[in-house]
Amino acid sequence: MNRIHTLFQNKQKQVLSIYFTAGFPELEDTVPIMEAIEAAGADIIEIGVPYSDPIADGPTIQDSNMIALENGMSLKKLFSQLEGFREKVSLPVVLMGYLNPIIQYGMEDFCAKCQELGIDGLILPDLPMHQYLEEFKELFEQYGLSNTFLISPQTSEKRISEIDQHSNGFIYMVSSHSITGAKAGISDEQKAYFKRVQEMKLKNPRLIGFGISDAETFQTASSFSHGAIIGSAFIKIIKDSKDLKADINQYIQSVIK
Amino acid sequence: MIRVDEKGFYGKFGGAYIPEMLHPNIEELRENYEQIISTEEFKTEFQSLLKDFVGRPTPLYLATRLSEKYGAKIYLKREDLCHTGAHKVNNTVGQIILAKKLGKKRIIAETGAGQHGVATATVCALMGMECTVYMGALDIQRQKPNVERMKILGAKVVPATSGSQTLKDATNEAMRQWINNPVDTHYIIGSVVGPHPYPEMVAKFQSVISEEIKTQLKEKEGRENPDLVIACVGGGSNAAGAFYHYYNVPEVRLIAAEAAGLGISSGKSAATTALGTMGILHGSKTLLMQTEDGQVVEPHSISAGLDYPGIGPVHAHLFDIGRGEFVAVEDEDAMKAGIELSRLEGIIPAIETSHAIHALNMIEYKKDDIIVINLSGRGDKDLDTYIKWGGY
Repeated sequence: MNRIHTLFQNKQKQVLSIYFTAGFPELEDTVPIMEAIEAAGADIIEIGVPYSDPIADGPTIQDSNMIALENGMSLKKLFSQLEGFREKVSLPVVLMGYLNPIIQYGMEDFCAKCQELGIDGLILPDLPMHQYLEEFKELFEQYGLSNTFLISPQTSEKRISEIDQHSNGFIYMVSSHSITGAKAGISDEQKAYFKRVQEMKLKNPRLIGFGISDAETFQTASSFSHGAIIGSAFIKIIKDSKDLKADINQYIQSVIK
Repeated sequence: MIRVDEKGFYGKFGGAYIPEMLHPNIEELRENYEQIISTEEFKTEFQSLLKDFVGRPTPLYLATRLSEKYGAKIYLKREDLCHTGAHKVNNTVGQIILAKKLGKKRIIAETGAGQHGVATATVCALMGMECTVYMGALDIQRQKPNVERMKILGAKVVPATSGSQTLKDATNEAMRQWINNPVDTHYIIGSVVGPHPYPEMVAKFQSVISEEIKTQLKEKEGRENPDLVIACVGGGSNAAGAFYHYYNVPEVRLIAAEAAGLGISSGKSAATTALGTMGILHGSKTLLMQTEDGQVVEPHSISAGLDYPGIGPVHAHLFDIGRGEFVAVEDEDAMKAGIELSRLEGIIPAIETSHAIHALNMIEYKKDDIIVINLSGRGDKDLDTYIKWGGY
């Protein structure tokens, strides 16, 4: 059983997942940031693999991707940084990345490497479900990687059920019609969507992401789901940080207080 | 047979690799477009606008002096005479009628050279729809007249400031804005790129080009099929239109002219089939200029319309199976060819099109061959570049 399943067995409320871009703000910050996220009390670490053309991301994460690439980050570099990270980090770790860099690396080699290093799951936003089922499902299962799909307010109930059937980890609920980092606050319309999905009684846990930035939005999102994901707001914190460990601790504490 | 399969693939290329947020939009389009465009109502409206608004059919013109110089019988398919100055409007007329039938209220588009942006702004004005065009900040500078035209037509032009600030980045931005506005907005993609069904849909709307070539050539030469068809390829919409009815006619050679920029091995090029490998960009699996790590390489071409690191999946397929012959034309040669056509035939072509003209120097053909060059656009937007280049 991988760490994601164990986590949701033990915790069904206020699960906090933190996203950051590998190699940002400095190339060698990847593992220290993971340690700081764990020490500060978050539950899942989501490492973004930088890509030149992140079409689901807003300006904050676009910039962090670009800077990470300029710093020299690549999938190979990331894997070399992650050698031995399980001695320092025990939280579930998920890699989030666009498909192209991964298929250039080779999907099977990629999955094997993830398993070897102790990665628990994958979020590949531009991998559609039917393509996953046709090409990659067996590989993911063979290497013990859980796969997370996204759903949005536009996703039909029929499709949500299908996604639920083919997910094994958690479902990533995109909170609104938006790319990452776009909106502030949670509207009644969004709450109605959270509630609608909550009432579908899916088999997989749900985490809400996009537009979650502070204690208030985290609490609201968590009241309709198992927890939430913070990305852009966290990137902003580490971007100008002079003391990553202290700033990460202070920020995460302020969210989960 | 060259045709798209049910899943949106041409051979190994195509598909719909999109974030889930765009799935409902793409599905809506995929499920409805074929049915809508096959209705008599759609066909009548589309044909009537192509005729009376766009000015079709465009002439198939025997370029006598060019023919004399190159020793073949060269016809120019005059897409430059379309309203708005390029073939792009064939597609925007089709998509705007489709958008209206789907009940959409707003239109977004990306543009490189600005021709697709102008063609989109034009049909939005025609139909009274709100229009936002995303354009690379660099392209906004080098295609200023088109930016001004879009604004006069009432469109909002939004600069894309990420990456190389050209067509690729404008397309990223348009896709992001579609994610942000999925319900009331239709995204008019301007080339045969993007997730299925766009590549095939855009090719269908552009296929009027080769449909007319067949009829016109029959009248002039007593045969529907030329020996060669030449077109420039960035994403590849004019080439797809000019090749469409000849895909499965093996005796017609299909020549695609890509932009070699400063030279294929200069690191400043947009010659995708020469330099690209299989990858995923803007929702389809295609040939792509990329690093070993799968990061998209920033392309270069003197022509904004060819300045794109990918190529439509249908063209990747034509290349892959050897059905298309691809040549890579350098900036300098394209500029010379543009001036040459201006002075031999009195037609100033768009710099994109000039690449196709220069291809005549790069391929072999026989003296009595009939060659059709798709003259995809006119050079009005490029006067600044021509003047600076030639010191006129």
